[in-house]
Amino acid sequence: MMAGRRKWLQLGVLAALIVLLPLFFPSGYYYRVGALIFVNALSVVGLVILIGYAGQISLGHAGFAGIGAYACALAPQHLGLHPGLAMLLGALISGVVALLIGRPILRLKGYYLAVATLGFGILMSMVLTNERALTGGPDGMSVEDLGLRAMLRELGWRLSGGEMWYGVSGIALLIGAWVALNLLDSPSGRAMRALHGSEIAASTVGIDIARQKLRAFVISAVYASIAGSLLALQNGFITPDVAGFMHSIEMVTMAVLGGVGSVFGGILGAAILTFLPQLLTVFAEYEQLVLGAVMILVMIFLPQGLLPSIGRRIGRKGE
Amino acid sequence: MDALLQFIFSGVTVGAVYALVALGFTIIYNASDVVNFAQGEFVMLGGMITVFAHQAGLPLALAAVLAIIVTAAIGVALNKLAIEPARGAPVVSVIIITIGASILIRGATQLIFDKQLHRFPAFSGDDPIRVMGATILPQSLWVTGGALVVFAGLWLFFTRTLTGKAVLATANNRIAAQLVGINTGAIMTLSFGLSAAIGALAGVLITPITLVSYDVGVALALKGFAAAMLGGMGNPKGALVGGLMLGLLEALTAGYLSSQYKDAVAFIVILAVLFVMPQGIFGKSSTERV
Repeated sequence: MMAGRRKWLQLGVLAALIVLLPLFFPSGYYYRVGALIFVNALSVVGLVILIGYAGQISLGHAGFAGIGAYACALAPQHLGLHPGLAMLLGALISGVVALLIGRPILRLKGYYLAVATLGFGILMSMVLTNERALTGGPDGMSVEDLGLRAMLRELGWRLSGGEMWYGVSGIALLIGAWVALNLLDSPSGRAMRALHGSEIAASTVGIDIARQKLRAFVISAVYASIAGSLLALQNGFITPDVAGFMHSIEMVTMAVLGGVGSVFGGILGAAILTFLPQLLTVFAEYEQLVLGAVMILVMIFLPQGLLPSIGRRIGRKGE
Repeated sequence: MDALLQFIFSGVTVGAVYALVALGFTIIYNASDVVNFAQGEFVMLGGMITVFAHQAGLPLALAAVLAIIVTAAIGVALNKLAIEPARGAPVVSVIIITIGASILIRGATQLIFDKQLHRFPAFSGDDPIRVMGATILPQSLWVTGGALVVFAGLWLFFTRTLTGKAVLATANNRIAAQLVGINTGAIMTLSFGLSAAIGALAGVLITPITLVSYDVGVALALKGFAAAMLGGMGNPKGALVGGLMLGLLEALTAGYLSSQYKDAVAFIVILAVLFVMPQGIFGKSSTERV
């Protein structure tokens, strides 16, 4: 019961933050930044399930974001599918791909798992870059409008593009966080955390570790895919960078920076690393320097990530 | 036949560089169980520093030596400032630290130098040598020869010198090595310096052929890492074979299948090897003790 109440409290705080933050926005531009934070946070929540719960690393999750993004770009054009349905199709494809490659990949551990997932991500981005006829190559391609804004306008709700995507991404993040928190308290989530602690111990108490790892992998792939779709839809344009190696690294860094053990740590990490470059646009030349330094310093001084470390500083056990 | 020979020449040249990068990975991995994703930046630094030292008026040979020494110092600094303080951290944290270091080095390089492509003259001119209908650049011979010298030198170092044996002992069992009086901290420093120097040397050798800019390190790190994995992580012989195999595979794919997908085939092969032989070609299978 306690855990249940705590979960709703946390989700309530997140929802309140999403609703109240716009009051402090100096300009409409910040709706865009906010929407980007929520989208990144969504894919990071998926990684929290994979890395934080199940203890498996992936350096190729941008590959799934690429599938989701290009599903939204390609399916409406070639299959005549509504962009919203294309997002679901992308999620389905990502899930199936994760299921197929997850089985052999997840037998690997540590660095070997890292290089295998990295290989997958790179293959994905290479296909998107090289199949010019289909994807427009490195120049990218445009994405059809979702049509939601026009629909809302007919209902008498006039929103700017930024405002609408802020709302849509915020709701998507809330749902994503809710699902992840539910998973954490479910038998499956407990099994995942058990195998994170010790695979051998987990298997001796009857947990099917291969199955639980695969489940975490597939779920996190679907998260990344939906985040990729939302990104494509709100930008109206997509390039293969979405599936690139650097994007995978950014996702993992966000998760670990905030604290990969908790959903809200991941969200905090996504918020910081998405907002930081916006702050640094004045010092664009220093962006990489600062990002690299932040990654190193946080890992050395706050190895559990920001949120748990802050929590401990305040005097109670971190989330 | 001529075409095949040509592909083999270019494959061996690129493969020799991959082998050197993989060797760098191997040395650090053996000493510290760390996979250093900043390994590619050492290659980049080797090329970039040589370019700018040469432009500043140093003779090429002196510029190259300077580049190797500076890069080795950066490698040692990386160990002291970022790896040692995080000793005992989980694999994910270490991966992020070294990736952070590579981003940091890249950012610093573009600030200190620039974002342009650079090269310096090849050591023995650019006139291709004809061999049985195919051609080979003199610089390719420098690259291949340089790699062979490094591997032979390291083999002597590990098997014939006390310090080399201390490195092997540390790689084998850190605590046992400490117990017999080996200064494992110094071994770590040595390994990072050595690994960075080898990377820088690779950069110096290959720059006249492939050019250098601040961002060439990422691809090289990934390929070198893949080559090290292919041969079996932590095995110098594996690094050599893995690097050459990867280089040849890429060259043959580019020649006979598709130049766009030459990078892809490398990763497909690696995935296949990992699935069939999860420890690589020369890696020992390990059992986990409970």
